[in-house]
Amino acid sequence: MEKLPHIPALRLGKTYESLNKLDVNRHADGQVLARVSTVNAGIIRKDLRKLDAARAALKKFTVAELIEISAKAGEEFLNGTLPLGDQGHTQSADDYVRTLSSTSGLPHNMVRMNMGKIHYALTHMQTVLDGLTRGLDLTIIDKGMGTQGGARCCFFPAAKSLGLVMPSNSPAVNSLWLPAIPLKYPVIIKPGREEPWTPYRLIQAFIAAGAPAEAFGFYATDHEGAGEILNKSGRALIFGDKNTTDQYANNPAVQCHGPGFSKILIGDDEIENWRDYIDLMDISATANGGRSCINASAIVVPKYGREIADALAKKIGPIAPTAADDANARLSGFANPKMAEWIDSSIESGLTEPGAEDMTAKYRDGARKVDDERGLFLRPTVIYCESTSHTLYNREFLFPYISVVEVPQSEMLEKMGPSLVLSAITKDEAFRAELLEADTIDRLNFGAVPTNKISWDQPHEGNMFEFLYRRRALEIGD
Amino acid sequence: MSAVSDEAIQKAKQDLDRHCVETIQWHFSPETGCPFWLDWAQKQGWDPRAEVKCFDDLIAKFPHFQDEWLRDLQPEVWIPKEFLGKPFNIFETGGTTGMPKQRIGWNDFRTDYSEFSEKISDEHFPRGGAWLMMGPTGPRRLRLAIEHLANVRGSSCYFIDLDPRWVKKLITNKHFDQAKAYMAHVVDQAALILKNRKVTGLFTTPKLLEALAEKVDLYEAGIRGVFAGGTTMDPQYVRFLIEELLEGQIGFYPTYGNTLMGLAASVPITAEDNYSVTYYAPQPRAVLRVVDPVETTQLRAYGEWGRVELTTMTKEFFMPRFLERDEAVRREARAPYAWDGVAQVRPFGAMEKNIVEGVY
Repeated sequence: MEKLPHIPALRLGKTYESLNKLDVNRHADGQVLARVSTVNAGIIRKDLRKLDAARAALKKFTVAELIEISAKAGEEFLNGTLPLGDQGHTQSADDYVRTLSSTSGLPHNMVRMNMGKIHYALTHMQTVLDGLTRGLDLTIIDKGMGTQGGARCCFFPAAKSLGLVMPSNSPAVNSLWLPAIPLKYPVIIKPGREEPWTPYRLIQAFIAAGAPAEAFGFYATDHEGAGEILNKSGRALIFGDKNTTDQYANNPAVQCHGPGFSKILIGDDEIENWRDYIDLMDISATANGGRSCINASAIVVPKYGREIADALAKKIGPIAPTAADDANARLSGFANPKMAEWIDSSIESGLTEPGAEDMTAKYRDGARKVDDERGLFLRPTVIYCESTSHTLYNREFLFPYISVVEVPQSEMLEKMGPSLVLSAITKDEAFRAELLEADTIDRLNFGAVPTNKISWDQPHEGNMFEFLYRRRALEIGD
Repeated sequence: MSAVSDEAIQKAKQDLDRHCVETIQWHFSPETGCPFWLDWAQKQGWDPRAEVKCFDDLIAKFPHFQDEWLRDLQPEVWIPKEFLGKPFNIFETGGTTGMPKQRIGWNDFRTDYSEFSEKISDEHFPRGGAWLMMGPTGPRRLRLAIEHLANVRGSSCYFIDLDPRWVKKLITNKHFDQAKAYMAHVVDQAALILKNRKVTGLFTTPKLLEALAEKVDLYEAGIRGVFAGGTTMDPQYVRFLIEELLEGQIGFYPTYGNTLMGLAASVPITAEDNYSVTYYAPQPRAVLRVVDPVETTQLRAYGEWGRVELTTMTKEFFMPRFLERDEAVRREARAPYAWDGVAQVRPFGAMEKNIVEGVY
């Protein structure tokens, strides 16, 4: 088929080809791989007025049925050949891997790893929902009320839909919205500029598995349209940098997923064993190309900071770009060259301030930024910082970047800053108790647990069920 | 597409040449001309009456009209002899910063809009049915023009004012909440009128139309025709307005115009247009050309983008080769218009930079 795939807007059950389209390009050479219809905010506003019908389509199913549909969707997503757009194209799982890799820069092995995470979430939806609802009898969602633990309870949806303004950095972030479908919430998605593939494929997988097409909105749109999705869907998730998420920080209807500033901490009691944790630091910093908010971006230790930074740099500094289909690939290319250039210059600028050293420089045989026929890459960077006040401490970038700093244990909580994930390597019960009390830590791992390890029964960064449903007091008279 | 015969195009060209020569004679004769142009010709050392024999001569011999002339000079310098002693209207253009451009006039707006009345259908704008204008009034020609348009069709018009200068200031200063609140204030007033009065015709800007239609079912409220202009309408946006907002039930008449030109009407949009709107100037009173932005004597080829150049030629006002702050695609003649059109008008340089258009 010679025609390019065209990905239409999905308007709650109807496809829509716009006169305005965006090209999705291969990052290495700019070749157009597909065109995506873009719509103006007015179309989104109009569709959001029809959410009752979208929700009604999902309400025809029980939660149990939707869990089954989710499981089938997981298989379709992982292995199926699904429609790609409205020009008769289809997409196999291998096509998806190749295409997503070529537009996002993620190597094939990482795309497959992300597929695995999504597949797991879909095929273990009961576990996911048990984690989110703390074991609630899910028929209560179907009936609106019921009895749990001997008490009457009633839950009602807080809104009519879940809006999502998606990023392009990592396909697995889509797993965050998957529980919305069995929880009978229509989803209104603005895909990331370079990553329409995953949400579109997921929607097709759900539809192939029996979910109603009316439950899905897919709108590539402009800034105004994204604002409408965030402000008018009822409940919404936004992903972005601190500037973006700060705008919605005080809006309870919008859940912000910004930088994670995830960290590894070693206590006084374990610091003499620091060499045992270099592999943990490596995986925490480099997994998924260092693109996730759950990748560690700082290591906080009471001593041996320079030695730890050097040992880690020696391990990850030599990691170099590979072909996208290399089974051992560990770096992602940048779809947006300006982003890579900005990151590189920010680090170089930070290094001109006294008190920081790029420990990886001597181990990577060349510049941090590599631009060749495979694309544009940034090689892993470990920065030793003399203090937490240095510009390069606790920065989060879209590649394996990590700073190491020495802070006395007694000052760690005060100085290290907030963490989406903190892996605390300490057996000191008093220190653990302090960490358990800290309100600056979202997910806490004790012991040798990489920051990027997630478990679906332990929701972090906001509980989707509590976000989508509210509990109401209910009395029923005779 | 309605083809235009070579004969019709030739005749339109002859009409334009004749009108151009008459206009030059009028404005550059001491018996009829205005102080500005008589003075200008004297300083140039050539007599336009002798050297301009057709419109092409005008393009070849006149430089671009400078907008400073309309800002810096007193309005009286533009009064042709015949109008001396007759009070005039003073109309202003957008004017976001500093002194706005001003054009004086007596009857041009009536002529332009009486002519335009023939281009809108009775089905969409029933004669005698009331109009509502929600848009810039104040010092703009549009306010009197729309009322005249309604009047010539036996109708009256309600007005809701919008101050576009304030909106642009709010947006430029990133006071988006205030801009939204002001827009809501304007739309609320229009919704109130539609709720309490019988209105069949609406003039507004596309953005305000969108906001009003989200608040009021326009067809249910009695609106049968919408006449809109003011901001960029790319083909997808036009399609959105027609299909999604007006839902094919209400006639939609996009126009391109300003205080200096009058009103360029569009031909009815057909499927093969793909919602790309083409506007035709009220020739021979005004001429729109799409020119090379650098070599401005050169016309762009059909289908190419270029800068919009306007020449206005009436007895009240002569403005040769004014470079608008707009760019457009040059289009061929299309019945009933036997001259070039301009399509997909947008602010000049829109592809290169962000331009504040506000709601107007």
